[in-house]
Amino acid sequence: MDPLIDVRDLRFSYEDGTLALDGVDFLLHAGETVALLGPNGSGKTTFVLHLNGLLSGEGRLSVCGLEVEKRNLPAVRRKVGLVFQDAEEQLFMPSVLEDVCYGPLNLGLAPAEALAAAEKALRQVGVDYARDKAPYHLSAGEKRRVALAGVLAMQPEILVLDEPTTNLDPPGRLALVEVLRALPQAKLLVTHDLWFARALARRAVFFEHGRIVRDGALEEVLAQFHWDLSSAPTR
Amino acid sequence: MHHAVLDHWSRGRGVLHARDGQVKILLLIALLIAVATTPRLTAANVAGYAITVLAAAALARLPLPAVLLRAAVVLPFSATFAAVSLLAGDSQRAAALVLKSYLSAAAVLVLVGCTPLARLLRALEGLRVPRFLLLVVQFLYRYLFLISEQAQHMRLAALSRGGWRFRLAAGAVANLFVRSYARAEGVHRAMLARGFQGETVLLAAPRADWRDWLFLLCGLVLVTALRFGGEAPWTR
Amino acid sequence: MHIPDGFLATPVWLGLNAAGLPLVGYLARQAQRHSQESRVPLLGVMGAFVFAAQMINFPVGVGASGHLVGSALLAITLGPAAAAVVMTAILAIQALIFQDGGVLALGANVLNMALAGVLAGYLPYHWWGEGRFRRAAIFLGGFASVLVGAVLAIAELRLSGVPIPAAVLWVSLALFTVTAALEGAITVAVVGGLERLGIGLARQPVEARPRGLAVVGLAAVLLAAVGVLFASTYPDGLEKMAQALGLEEHARALYSTPLADYSLRWLGSSWTAQAVAGLLGLTVIFGLLILLGRMFARRGSR
Repeated sequence: MDPLIDVRDLRFSYEDGTLALDGVDFLLHAGETVALLGPNGSGKTTFVLHLNGLLSGEGRLSVCGLEVEKRNLPAVRRKVGLVFQDAEEQLFMPSVLEDVCYGPLNLGLAPAEALAAAEKALRQVGVDYARDKAPYHLSAGEKRRVALAGVLAMQPEILVLDEPTTNLDPPGRLALVEVLRALPQAKLLVTHDLWFARALARRAVFFEHGRIVRDGALEEVLAQFHWDLSSAPTR
Repeated sequence: MHHAVLDHWSRGRGVLHARDGQVKILLLIALLIAVATTPRLTAANVAGYAITVLAAAALARLPLPAVLLRAAVVLPFSATFAAVSLLAGDSQRAAALVLKSYLSAAAVLVLVGCTPLARLLRALEGLRVPRFLLLVVQFLYRYLFLISEQAQHMRLAALSRGGWRFRLAAGAVANLFVRSYARAEGVHRAMLARGFQGETVLLAAPRADWRDWLFLLCGLVLVTALRFGGEAPWTR
Repeated sequence: MHIPDGFLATPVWLGLNAAGLPLVGYLARQAQRHSQESRVPLLGVMGAFVFAAQMINFPVGVGASGHLVGSALLAITLGPAAAAVVMTAILAIQALIFQDGGVLALGANVLNMALAGVLAGYLPYHWWGEGRFRRAAIFLGGFASVLVGAVLAIAELRLSGVPIPAAVLWVSLALFTVTAALEGAITVAVVGGLERLGIGLARQPVEARPRGLAVVGLAAVLLAAVGVLFASTYPDGLEKMAQALGLEEHARALYSTPLADYSLRWLGSSWTAQAVAGLLGLTVIFGLLILLGRMFARRGSR
């Protein structure tokens, strides 16, 4: 089976010269859920921004068999659904329904089809009751799920979520886990929330200084880097 | 906050809420023009316009006292010039300034109170206003609530740390600028991530039906009657 | 200063809508044509920022505070064409949602603040923004943007026959000068704050130099406005001039139509002087706005 994501030696520096990615190798196969762990600033978010071509670095990067380069971007962005850390930036249309329709309309669907796709996605995440609401009237959890719906409506093959449980209360986190569990797509979860990672992923990669320094079973990665504080002694 | 209240009103349901946006805008403009061009305001004029605005507000199920109160935001400005006019001996002008500005503000308030801004903007596009400008207004409105709240929080945080001074305010505004700019870049990235390729594709705006055209007709007749009624042959 | 509905005379608000709104529409369409829609989120969000920033008070002295208007700040950081569109969006929201400024008066407010105000806020920075007088240039931009808008607004009110006796006029101008100075100071302070945060505000390199005509245009519009202000406050001098030039007779002929009643009531007693000044002002404004539009056309293609 061909990998959905194939990354070889990805390198990227910001405009001011900071080295953000220092040779990343990564493979993702269909149906996998992988947790991306690591300290702040280690390159996790920078990495995922490459997956749909928002950033472009050096090295080899292909998604569903397509090289991530300018001419393939429309197709790549259809395959990779990226849910950003800040839901406010993602919900920029006046109403929930219009926002979720945004993706399908950009893909060229006719209005009726786009509406159908949007409504289906909203049902999938359990927020169809809010279809006519304005984004600023939603709770953090609802915003997050609407953002996810906006991505699902484009029927991607890979879901990438950047710190999705930020600002969510326990019921919100639970709801999100339940929604994600029911989705068949391969998933990449950038997260510090270990309960969340454990609920969904078996595999984890650990970022440090722009490189993946460990790729393996979630529990082993957590143990190796002492990433699980729940059993750590408090002074 | 005021815009939050209006936003809430505009999402109600009612006869007026359901009417086509373009029709409502055209009627508002007709009414505003009637008020503005009335050369000499008589008690009958004022009563006619006022009743029309109040009836529209009632039809839109808006809380009348709140509408009257919020429209009064124009009064400080008008009253000042009215006072000057009075002192200059032009009492007719003074009354006109206050009454016309107040009636107009109330009429605009009723329109916005029964039409969500996004719908208004789509209607304006149908009236040939450039989409680019309307999109800017749309995005502005979307992030208005958020950024206003951020500004308030900054102020509260500074006050609780012991004071708000000029230089601090400038720093806060600069900070807000940078955060807003970063947010704008985030929004742009989000647009790209969901397939934006240079042109915003929107859902089609709803079409006007016979009820809307009837409403337009009746409204125009009413406005014309209000404007020229006093000059009709039978009133001479 | 936002002019509400019910203040401006019909020829004034009609004329200014006909002059100002298509000009902004032109800028917006140019942006569309040059694939600038990716800038929409930036313009919208920065518009929201200015809105929010306008509500922040800047304490000055005891018990008093100033507020940012933002035309100059926008012009310096986004460029004048974008700033004009953003200011128009702000004015539209202010008129519709906040009843701050009228709907029929939108053209007037757009001309005063989104067009003339933005241009006046931009030019000093454009000429002297890089160099020893940078802060003075920024101050001047803020100062001019508010004062220009205020002068135009008062002129339009005067042209519409709103009584503004000489004493009130002078006091208003004095107050506006203070507000304008505050805007200058606030703009300088905010730009300084931005620089401390490490934000470079290099002048937009792609923006062409404003054509000399556009500058003359702005100056002429201002002179016309000032002319209207003083002509209508001190009508005798202009009246004498009109009589001397034999214009009075012709002007009367023009106005001996059924509409004469309306115009007489609007313009007050010394209508000849005001009519002459008004017609002159409006023609100048209209004609030179076309030139301003040409200048913005260059800017729009970024």
